[in-house]
Amino acid sequence: MKTISDHMLDIVQNSIRAHATWIEVIFSENKNCDIYQIKIIDNGCGMSKELLNQAANPFFTSRSTRKVGLGLSLLKQNAEASQGSVKIVSEPGKGTVVQAIFQHSHLDRPPLGDIWNVIYLLLVGNPTIRFSFRYQTEKGTFELDSTELLKLMDGIPIVQQEVKNALIEYLKNNLKEIEAGI
Amino acid sequence: MTKIKTLDDLRRIKNEVQSKIKLRENSSSPEHLVQVKIGMATCGIASGARETMKYFIDELELQAIDAVVTQTGCMGFCYAEPTVEVTLPGKDPVVFGFVGKDKAREIIDVYIKRGELVDGIIPLSFKTIHD
Repeated sequence: MKTISDHMLDIVQNSIRAHATWIEVIFSENKNCDIYQIKIIDNGCGMSKELLNQAANPFFTSRSTRKVGLGLSLLKQNAEASQGSVKIVSEPGKGTVVQAIFQHSHLDRPPLGDIWNVIYLLLVGNPTIRFSFRYQTEKGTFELDSTELLKLMDGIPIVQQEVKNALIEYLKNNLKEIEAGI
Repeated sequence: MTKIKTLDDLRRIKNEVQSKIKLRENSSSPEHLVQVKIGMATCGIASGARETMKYFIDELELQAIDAVVTQTGCMGFCYAEPTVEVTLPGKDPVVFGFVGKDKAREIIDVYIKRGELVDGIIPLSFKTIHD
């Protein structure tokens, strides 16, 4: 995983597998406090205590298709390499919160990456899931809610070329405005 | 062109598009659509599944093929990522491995459009995953 966007996509995939119907992704950057935080909140099936203890273990996975589970382990590795940490809170039946904190100025903190493409792919790839994105910096906050967006689109598919370009530009412009990932 | 910054700008674009295109007869029943599922777990992402997915979305839209592109988890073929499962209407799903842009183009041109199988199918006894 080279960027924080990749990590986000990866962890959100866990939520999707946990049958979440609503996934909230919150980025917050604060250069004054030197903190870069990403929080992913879902209403999926959650994890028991035993499972939670194993979650960041690379040789543990809840899948049967393979024997390793690297998603959270890699996130933890990158967070700890940049003086940060990963915290997971989960309750069976309620959902899971994954919070990763990085030191903003740390050389080993992965760059944000092309977050607009990741958001777009998530929206296209999972039309039945509600996504709420929020990105906070000192310059401001950008929010996007997929239900609101789809309502606005009124049946026009977001894969349609012009709509797609407009949507990506919309994301890019707004994130640039609040200096996200700079 | 003015910058697109607000939801109103997006709505404007949508309205322009709406008046321009006649919505394709998108029979909402998925049996009539080509279904493309991209494996997007850790292994997929690390191998570039994002580019593959974007390519499929762009290309299928450009060529006006009635298809839905979705994401799925790991299919257990991490060694062959990015993996893509393609289900043609009325046919069994087929999984292709090592799908970069070139392979994706071949899959669209040969398998999706003409229905001829191409190399790179894994494995023989595949059943679609329900996770």
